[in-house]
Amino acid sequence: MIKVMSVVPSVESTPDPRELFVIYNRADRIFRRIVTSGALTSLILLGLIGTFLFVRSAQIFNDRGLKFITGSNWTAGSGDGVIPDDFSIGPMLTGTILVSVIALIIAMPLAIGGALYIEFYAASRLRKLLSTMLDLAAAIPSLIFGLWGVVLFTSFGERWSILLNSRFGWVPFIKVQAEVFGRSPFVAGCVLASLITPIITSVSREVFSRTPRDLIDTCYALGSTRWGAIKTVVLPFGRSGVIGGAMLGLGRALGETVAVYLLLNIVFRYNFRILESEGGNIASLIALKFGEATEYELKALVAAGFVLFLLTLVVNMFAATIVEKSTRRK
Amino acid sequence: MSTVVIEPQSQSLAPQPTMPWKPTRKTQFSGIFSVVVVAIVSLAIVLLTGLAGIDGFGLTFLAVFLGVTVARTARQNPKVRKDSMVGVAICAAAVLAFFPWMSIFLSVILKGARGLQPNFLIENMQLTTPDDELNMGGAAHAIIGSMMMVVIAAVITLPLGILSGVYLTEIRGRLTFLVRFVVQSMSGVPSIVAGLFIYTTFVNFTNSFSGMAGSLALAVLMLPTVARTAEEVMKLVPDDLRSASYALGARQWRTSLMVVLPTVRSGLTTAAILGIARVIGETAPLLLTSLSNNSYVFNPMGGPIGSLPTYIFGLLQIGTENSINRAWTGSLVLMILVLVLFLTARYFGGKDKR
Amino acid sequence: METIKKGETKVMQGSQTSVATMSASQTTATAVRGLETKNVHAWFGKHHVLSDVSLQFPERTVTGLIGPSGCGKSTFIRLLNRMHEFIPSAAMAGQVLQDGQDIYSPDVDAAAIRLKVGMVFQKPNPFPAMNIRENVLSGIKLAHLKVADHDSIVENCLTRAGLWKEVKDRLTATGGSLSGGQQQRLCIARSLAVEPSVLLMDEPCSALDPGSTLRIEETIKELAEKIAVVIVTHNMQQAARVSDFCAFFLTDGGPGYLVEADATKKLFTNPTDTRTADYVQGKFG
Repeated sequence: MIKVMSVVPSVESTPDPRELFVIYNRADRIFRRIVTSGALTSLILLGLIGTFLFVRSAQIFNDRGLKFITGSNWTAGSGDGVIPDDFSIGPMLTGTILVSVIALIIAMPLAIGGALYIEFYAASRLRKLLSTMLDLAAAIPSLIFGLWGVVLFTSFGERWSILLNSRFGWVPFIKVQAEVFGRSPFVAGCVLASLITPIITSVSREVFSRTPRDLIDTCYALGSTRWGAIKTVVLPFGRSGVIGGAMLGLGRALGETVAVYLLLNIVFRYNFRILESEGGNIASLIALKFGEATEYELKALVAAGFVLFLLTLVVNMFAATIVEKSTRRK
Repeated sequence: MSTVVIEPQSQSLAPQPTMPWKPTRKTQFSGIFSVVVVAIVSLAIVLLTGLAGIDGFGLTFLAVFLGVTVARTARQNPKVRKDSMVGVAICAAAVLAFFPWMSIFLSVILKGARGLQPNFLIENMQLTTPDDELNMGGAAHAIIGSMMMVVIAAVITLPLGILSGVYLTEIRGRLTFLVRFVVQSMSGVPSIVAGLFIYTTFVNFTNSFSGMAGSLALAVLMLPTVARTAEEVMKLVPDDLRSASYALGARQWRTSLMVVLPTVRSGLTTAAILGIARVIGETAPLLLTSLSNNSYVFNPMGGPIGSLPTYIFGLLQIGTENSINRAWTGSLVLMILVLVLFLTARYFGGKDKR
Repeated sequence: METIKKGETKVMQGSQTSVATMSASQTTATAVRGLETKNVHAWFGKHHVLSDVSLQFPERTVTGLIGPSGCGKSTFIRLLNRMHEFIPSAAMAGQVLQDGQDIYSPDVDAAAIRLKVGMVFQKPNPFPAMNIRENVLSGIKLAHLKVADHDSIVENCLTRAGLWKEVKDRLTATGGSLSGGQQQRLCIARSLAVEPSVLLMDEPCSALDPGSTLRIEETIKELAEKIAVVIVTHNMQQAARVSDFCAFFLTDGGPGYLVEADATKKLFTNPTDTRTADYVQGKFG
């Protein structure tokens, strides 16, 4: 009986795994608690930012409701009630998205091309130099991009705008009402594009460089050209990483203040014509109005900041999820 | 038996290493030659057709080059033709991608150098208007203010960043994923929102704009960078080292504090420096927290304080010739600071890998 | 004068060591059908990794490359289809002849050579974004080959790789859904689709279990009815089972070199060099 049991073990006889306990002593427990609470600061901080911005601006959302988002005026009242306060961020919200999308559309092909160039076309010495320069470029303050944009880029931007207008004026987005170019969403978008290109390039290069070498070798062993290998292996492999990088760039563009402030004519009117010399974004609205705002207007600015915070948070969480996923799969 | 042994050849007869796949000097030369020809042709087209400027030239150059490539590979198989055309497109995209920041580096250096005189680094703007000649006044107050704020911000952020790095690599508790996710998302908080947050809290409570408020806003922006870099460098510590420490009977806190952290000391320096480099040029949050000032302020709680970014920003809004020139010089100083920080970070970062 | 003499002795040595490599049909002195290397060297930077290897790989044979790790076998096999040059700072000397033509001469298109000399890698690596069918056809797409009947190619290649019966009902499944051994056979089928005349295999079984290894070995033997196979292996039993000829590489700390090349049976039972004897008996390596 016993013999049979041992030769053919029944299901029940498979032992359950023992639970293993780790006992931390007092010092360890204190250490772990301190470290954990330190690590949670960022979590708490993020919560605090949301909470404070919301609490400080609750009155605005209460007073104006949805009209704060959809309305198009930003008028400070006369104080005696003759002209009422009228604060809403509609044009600034659409302007934020418009400028960022223009920037992203321009930046994406350049960034992907740049990343492929560094990783697969440049000679190895040039590659090292370029990737160092790229990291440095990603660290250039946006203020300097703004300065460069105002002083040097605007003339190019105007010229391209005139060209676009004369050739593609029949396209609704490109048509202008007044023949004044410069300080338009297009020009601001171009400068924002050059601002986010290094970030997207850097992330893309990173994921491209993780492509398994033997997959690329396999392509070559099948008689493929360089482009064949890139199309077959590198781009599918790096796709989600590139999307994540694009999202990071988009987040940066959505929240950009000074470059947009310096390069865009801030006008409170819905504008989707990219060459028209008017536009704006939430961040530049805050910078513009902060100095001489009344107390109520300040609350409206905080409310605008809260909306921007939520917008970028959603984009960045999306980006974080994608980037996390694509770098975990090794 | 001895005939079978293939003796390694003697040194004098040793064959020389060759790289037959590398382009020969002749093809290299013909490549350079064709680029020059294409450049001359496009220059001629630009001059004849009135396509003005460097952008028109670039476009023409690309078009002519693509045409030449198509003509050259016309007889080859479609695979090769497509490869060379995509190659040209990728190189063009790369040039366009790199052009803006190359242009920025160059213009900041060229335009900024004019105003980089000793007075710029030792004087302030108390008795000078932005419109004055460049040999009067300076940005010493702004440099000092910026330095003070980023150092305070780093002092606040570094411990928190290290703690979160230790949590993510040593303790690996239940919240690991959440913490990493939050740090990642927080790195995207717009800088103006960070400024607004400090404005609604610290500035409102203390009832004054100050350098401290600016530092706190910068700290909010710096934290994700520092935390992530700290995690990265601690991840590089081999697990053997921890195991060795545990095998000696060390407890976790001793292992972390006495084995792991000392190993990554220079890596943590990198984390702090990269954090500083990330925020030293931030303008928006300072516009809402520390404002600006034309003279020296050494007390972080002593009201509005000057800083390099707000200094440049203010000059840009005045917009006269001399003020713009001052702004370029300010940008040059800012860029040099970023570069120095960056190279220092590289130096320390390289140390751990060895 | 000196060099020519040296070269001549080299040929002498080569003919002594690899007489058996010259099968009866391969006696023509000029253009040898199949693959042949003459005095091949390889470097990485200044590091000399492979010295003076002259070998022949006639059609319809399996040649095993054996030797301890680090002796340059993998470098050598990558030299045979110009994969060597993808490593930065790589350099070479000597000649590799494919049907008598030097594949390293400047007017030769490397991609065309790689079509004729296929390669299977150590780890099974089907393209992750493609299904089984697309994987088999990927080479045709990559090389822009014009082929009328895709279905018959898929069936033919999978059959030759010994995988057809197992996957014929799920050709649209991803390559990743197969077992490791099946994946490696899929990779073999992928290489066969472009109809190479030589197939190089760099330790194709080192990541597989014994059962799968056996299946791959059967596949290799069947492949050798039509093409030449060159296989790098660490496993001496495998070399003995699968190969017709064997070449033994060794390094003394310097560059790797060829010690002995001969018919497998001779090399394993009655090698000329004592070091070969020691190695095949498992005394070192």
